[in-house]
Order: sequence, then structure tokens, then C-alpha cells
Amino acid sequence: MKEITIISGKGGTGKTTVTAALATTGKNLVLCDGDVDAADLHLILEPQIMETFVFEGAWVASINQDLCAQCGICSEYCRYDAINMDDSGMRSIDPFKCEGCRLCERICPSRAIHSEKSNNNSWFISATRAGIMTHALMGPGEENSGKLVAQVRRKAREIAREREASMLLTDGPPGTGCAAISSITGTDQVLLVMEPSKSSLHDAQRVIELVEQFNIPISVIINKWDIDSEMASKIELFLQEHSIPVLGKLPFDESVVEAMIKGKTITEYAPESESSRVLRAVWSQLMP
Amino acid sequence: MSIRIAVASGKGGTGKTTVATNLFRSIKREKAKHVLLVDCDVEEPNDILFFPQAQKVSRTSISQEIPTIDTNSCTFCRLCAEWCEFNAILVIPPAEFAEINPSLCHSCGACLVACPAEAIQVQNDPIGTITRYQEQGKDGILEGRLKIGSAMQTMVIRSLKQAIPASEELVILDAPPGTSCPVVETISGASYVILVTEPTPFGLHDLKLMLALMREIAIPFGVVINKANLGNQDLYHYLKEEKVEILSEIPFSRSYASQYARADLFTEIPHEVLEAHQKIVDKLKAKKLIP
Repeated sequence: MKEITIISGKGGTGKTTVTAALATTGKNLVLCDGDVDAADLHLILEPQIMETFVFEGAWVASINQDLCAQCGICSEYCRYDAINMDDSGMRSIDPFKCEGCRLCERICPSRAIHSEKSNNNSWFISATRAGIMTHALMGPGEENSGKLVAQVRRKAREIAREREASMLLTDGPPGTGCAAISSITGTDQVLLVMEPSKSSLHDAQRVIELVEQFNIPISVIINKWDIDSEMASKIELFLQEHSIPVLGKLPFDESVVEAMIKGKTITEYAPESESSRVLRAVWSQLMP
Repeated sequence: MSIRIAVASGKGGTGKTTVATNLFRSIKREKAKHVLLVDCDVEEPNDILFFPQAQKVSRTSISQEIPTIDTNSCTFCRLCAEWCEFNAILVIPPAEFAEINPSLCHSCGACLVACPAEAIQVQNDPIGTITRYQEQGKDGILEGRLKIGSAMQTMVIRSLKQAIPASEELVILDAPPGTSCPVVETISGASYVILVTEPTPFGLHDLKLMLALMREIAIPFGVVINKANLGNQDLYHYLKEEKVEILSEIPFSRSYASQYARADLFTEIPHEVLEAHQKIVDKLKAKKLIP
């Protein structure tokens, strides 16, 4: 079983569109939506949820005002500036700033602070027309997205091995931070979706440096390459210099949006289009 | 207290940077107030690509305090490991082994308080940089940049926001994509949030997540619909039902997309695109957010 993680650095370059199209092109696959912050793959693949799990998030502390002596020690020790005086002159903890270290709870001389684990995140094992998929729903403003990514990937790998799937496709998050790191750790190959813009090139350079730290092979798809063919050439030159293969170049194609609206992948919606032809060619190069 | 306007989106690539940089430029041109653009997308900061003339004024390194255990004074009592909620500390008493994994450490300081033997010291580990650029007169751009390989993006954003001078009257915060902690860190304390979306199923879905967050943190907001002519009506129906204000609709223009590609957003703005950006400025003026 080979795992391919699809990332981009810059957001909105077409990760999910590419992942969904490859998913319905291939056979004997397992899928994972590792972009837990803004998961969209389910909008196209319409998963039938088979199992639901609660993902325990970070601790969140709160102050029991009846016990609080207003000594302020907790505010002094909190490194996250999460404990402040509110309008009524009482100390309270901002749940969005609290990182769940529980130091305040341990040092409070009045034992007025109590922490609870957030259970605002869930994750799922589902059936889709392209194969079994693991995905998640994060509560707004939650922490630990990296851990949730690791969780859905771990389960997807387990399922892929059990079912002797030929491939696991993981739709990754944008960026280079904790969620991105978590989506590529231990994967077999990274597929980077770029667009012909300076921003995308800048962001890809950062994400390539990250992937290289993990010694994972990278290949690239250039999406909407004809929006600016000059930038597309610059990107190709850059990739050539770094010995990174370009597996395909997708044109700007309004039927990609039409397909999305119909809940279909581009290869299902317009199988004879240039985009679909390129995506099928990409798939044959990715096959193990 | 300065006025802070954040630009956020949920979904990536909807046009946050285009909206934030155009807003910055419009306010700058009117010269009514000094304005600071803060690039909080520290994982992939690229606001500065659109201002090639900007002069770098200063760059400072941001570091994270990482504790280390001196095994000569450590008694291997394991209290630090028990207190560490991030599973960053491994202590094996029979082997006289005690170590802290810096990639899991959140620098909360709990182990320092826990240790009865004063065996833990801190050292500074770089996690990113803050760069200040000058763009004509006093207007500037402040950029946070996460070190590649670091997972501490939220900490970099926190330091970046602390670096905003109190004297700044008007601040535009360009947020990272998503709806989790880095976005919350960026928009917390903002006077107003502009949510940029597009009328596609992905745009709508991620906007719904963003709205849930906005209502929880209770900051006033409005929506800008970018690429307004690509997609369908579902977004409009939803915004109407939810009584969310549409600040402006920016049409998709292939020539402007190509200009964006070359990071040349301001030389030739198509009339209809310029009008759409001006509308955002006018709406913010009506709300007394900008003079």
C-alpha cells in the first residue's frame, strides 16, 4: 500500500478537486480528508457515515468564581495571556486563548480552577463511491488540528492495510505548520498542487523545503496553468532545477466549478475534457 | 486602542490577500490615516510579494522557550512528566533518563514550576521571524514568518500581534486560512472581520464553519463574495437566510487573475474590480471603521 498526500502550500490551488478526481479514477483505494480545518472532500464524495468517533481535544480551564480569592497568581503564570479581569472585576479564562496546560489549575491556592476536555471534534469512517474514507469535523476555533489529522490518517492506513488497498489518497491542508507536518509525516509520496502565480511559487518553495526535511519524494500538478503561461514556465523551470517532476498541467476550466456544483468530480462530469484527460494521465503515473 | 480589521476566509485561495492588500492601498492613497498591514498567514506569508518597492526596516527573530533537563541535578521524580499535558517529557528513572521533546513542547512553563530539584533550564529555540517593511511615509507592513519545520504557528502569530505598535491607528490583519487556533489568534481583539468567500459549494461550506466561529467569538463581520460570477446562488440564499451583510461582490476577471499571478495587483485594475474594492472601503467608512 502506498500513501500519497496532496498538499499545496498556498490555499485554494485545487487540492480537493485533484484528490476527488484521482479518487474516482483509481480502483481499490482508501481516502482520507486530512484538511480537518476546512474539510471539503465529503461535498463531492458524499460519504455514508458508518462509524462516528469523538476526538478528545485539548483541556480547557475555567474558574469557579465562588472559590476564587482573586489572588491573580494564575494570571501571572499563564504564558498565553488567557486569564484576565473581565468587566465585572472577576478573573476569567478565555477558552480560545487557553492552550490546556493546566498549570493554573495546579498552582491555584484556592483550588478554584477546573479543566475539562473539549469534545467538540468528531471523526468518521464512511463509505463513498470511490472507497472507504476517513474524515473529521472540527469544532470552530479548536486546537490540536495536527493531532486530529494524525488520528484520521492512522485509521485510514489501518483500513488500507486490512483491505489490501493499492493506495491511500490523503487530501492535506494548506500551509507548513502543525496540520501540514502531521499530514505528510510518514507518507510515501507528496503530490503538490500549484498554480502559476508568484504566491503559489513562494509558498511551494517553503513547503518543498519542509517535505525535503522528511525525505519524501515530491511531484507536482500545475493547475490553471494557462491563467499566466509565463509564470507557468517560470515554475516549470524552478521545478526542473530542483529535479521535481511535473506530472500534468491542468487548464483553467469553468466546468470544474460546474462539476463541484453537481457534486461530481471533473473526471465524472466531463470525462472527455482536457482536464480529465490530464488527470487520468497523472493517475497512471502515480500508480504503484 | 487602534481599529483592527481582520480579513479571513475558512477556505484558502478565496482572495484574502487580494482584499487585504487592496484595502491597505486604498486607505494609504487617501492618506486620511496611517495604516499598518499585518500578514498573519505566517505559514505562507505573501503580502509583501505585492509591494516590491517596500523597504525592509527591521527583522527580529522569535523564539520559543524550550526547557532542558540537567540529568546531573534531576532526581527522576517524574513530576515534570506528570504535569506536562503535551506528552513532551520522557523520564525513565531506572535508566536515569530524562528528556524533553522540543517539537511537542508548548512552552507553558509547567515543568519549571513542577521540578523540585531546579534541574530544568530554558533555552531559546527560533520558531520564526517578524519583519517590518516601510511603504511610503509612515505606512508599513509587518510580516510574521514561521520557520520551516516548526509547528508553532499560533505562537508566531501571538508574538506578531504583540509587535504591533500601540500608536498604530488602523491595522489590517490578513489571516491564515482555516477555522482553528491560528485564525482565532489572528482575529481575537479585532474590531471587525471581513470574510472572503466564493459562490461555490466549497466556499459556502467553509464559510458556514467560519460563521459558527464568528458567532462564538462575537465580533461583527461582513462577507465579500469574490469570483462572484463563477458558481451558483446557494451562497446568496444562505447569506440572506442568516441575515449576513454582503459588503461587496468582486467579479472574476481573467486579466486580473493573470495580474495577480505576476503579483502585480495595482497597475491596471479592471474598472468593475476596482469598483468592487472601493465598495468595501465605502462600507467600512459608513461603519466608522475607517475615516
